[in-house]
Amino acid sequence: MSEKAIVCKDLTKRFGDFFAVNHISFDVDQGEIFGFLGANGAGKTTAMRMLCGLSYPTSGEATVAGYNVFRQQEAIKRNIGYMSQKFSLYESLTVRENIRFYGGVYGLSDKQLKEKGDELITKLGLEKEAKMMVGSLPLGWKQKLAFSVAIIHQPRIVFLDEPTGGVDPVTRRQFWDLIYDAAANGITVFVTTHYMDEAEYCNRISIMVDGRIDALDSPANLKKQFDAASMNEVFYALARTAKRSAD
Amino acid sequence: MDTVILQHISKSYVKEGPPALQDISFSVKKGELFGLIGPDGAGKSTIFRILTTLLLSDKGTATVAGYDVVQHYHEIRSCVGYMPGKFSLYQDLTIEENLHFFATLFGTTVEANYALIKDIYEQIAPFKNRRAGKLSGGMKQKLALCCALIHRPEVLFLDEPTTGVDAVSRKEFWEMLQRLKTEGITIVVSTPYMDEASLCERIALIQTGQILSIDTPANIIKDYPGKLYALRAPKVHQLLKDTRQYAGIRLCYAAGDKLHLSFKDEGKDHPAELLSWLESKGHQGVHIEEITPDIEDCFIAKTSTHE
Repeated sequence: MSEKAIVCKDLTKRFGDFFAVNHISFDVDQGEIFGFLGANGAGKTTAMRMLCGLSYPTSGEATVAGYNVFRQQEAIKRNIGYMSQKFSLYESLTVRENIRFYGGVYGLSDKQLKEKGDELITKLGLEKEAKMMVGSLPLGWKQKLAFSVAIIHQPRIVFLDEPTGGVDPVTRRQFWDLIYDAAANGITVFVTTHYMDEAEYCNRISIMVDGRIDALDSPANLKKQFDAASMNEVFYALARTAKRSAD
Repeated sequence: MDTVILQHISKSYVKEGPPALQDISFSVKKGELFGLIGPDGAGKSTIFRILTTLLLSDKGTATVAGYDVVQHYHEIRSCVGYMPGKFSLYQDLTIEENLHFFATLFGTTVEANYALIKDIYEQIAPFKNRRAGKLSGGMKQKLALCCALIHRPEVLFLDEPTTGVDAVSRKEFWEMLQRLKTEGITIVVSTPYMDEASLCERIALIQTGQILSIDTPANIIKDYPGKLYALRAPKVHQLLKDTRQYAGIRLCYAAGDKLHLSFKDEGKDHPAELLSWLESKGHQGVHIEEITPDIEDCFIAKTSTHE
């Protein structure tokens, strides 16, 4: 097992003459919380799809959890977790059914499913709701459950695509407590967000502009580098330089 | 008379469980930029749907531009602009076709009110022959705003126009709203982003179908219960865990690169005691100072006492 969870060198995705992702290079350490920021249309989703084994790069190299993004896409999918704001759980299955379904997809045995399911329901305090349809839960609970399900198979890396959009401020912070716990257990967290205060919670951050990574460092160093008081200012300074108007 | 008035509006979608809206009353003045601030599930969209006559409330009354939402729904539909949270234009029509379609629907032309949308439309005009379904999020948002404005409505209802939009585009969108305000249009806008609250003249903070407070952002901040402190130290996450163990803490939570906290009872020399307690826990370089709360701090304080 390599020390790095993600190694990425000159990764590129081209659609015709449009470089959605343009030669990006970066490493992510095992157990690191890595913030992947950028304006709408900067290329974040395309980059994430390549790293999750859902789309072939045009050129460049990358390994995720030690597996090659060109040749070992299926192995990548088995060794990562994924959740997004848009799609997370099946609304018309109960809490426990969702856990069983996702745990099953991720290859857990019946015994593991039972143990992990009980553990997860207790940890989230969802004992009373275990037999309720997920659709009837408040958004914040759904997102916490979706995250826990995404790491039920102890993946090396979990990809979170805007996990806290629309969630209330208190639950948003509880969600980050879960992220810290996962990272402390050695799971690498790769997260996108539009909340700039959440960018501060990451160990390191990259900021994409027009398909490139134009900045990559710890929040403290980025603020120093851009002489900015907050990550919001850093983001403005960089995103304003964007030439391509996807938006 | 105020342009939008809600009196004791309640709405339930299901027989059991808490209602979507519980006894909501507020009013919006003519020409005001009014914000509904709250997370998903707060009831913001339900309020919009009742005011735009798309949904009947169980109890209470509401008027928009002087018209009752039940009796005079027809008049309301022609004098309001509504941008729903979900993109609702015709995906198979181009930018230009959508705009002309909505103008015709309201018995007007694009030319008649072009001045109102000019600033916004010019940003998407280079793509006017592209189908709406093929546009990026930010462009869809601008087109939807143009279509909601093309009949020069008296009241504009915008349901979460900036959700999922990046920080730079969000800022631009709010600048557009400020310009529309100068045209005398009353705007009711909802957002889950607390930092956008300060851009409204007055706001209502909502959570689970109830209004927590209604006032100007400045007054809501002024009414913050007690004092709020910012705490900094190198190891922020450990600092959060440890500080929560301290007996005198009422609230303590992460806020970017620092913590925000308040004490259970005031007047004592708490900050200094907390500092020496944290130092005994091995934290170094801890710094504490009293700060002015923002809207998110106020929301957290309200929802914490609420529970």
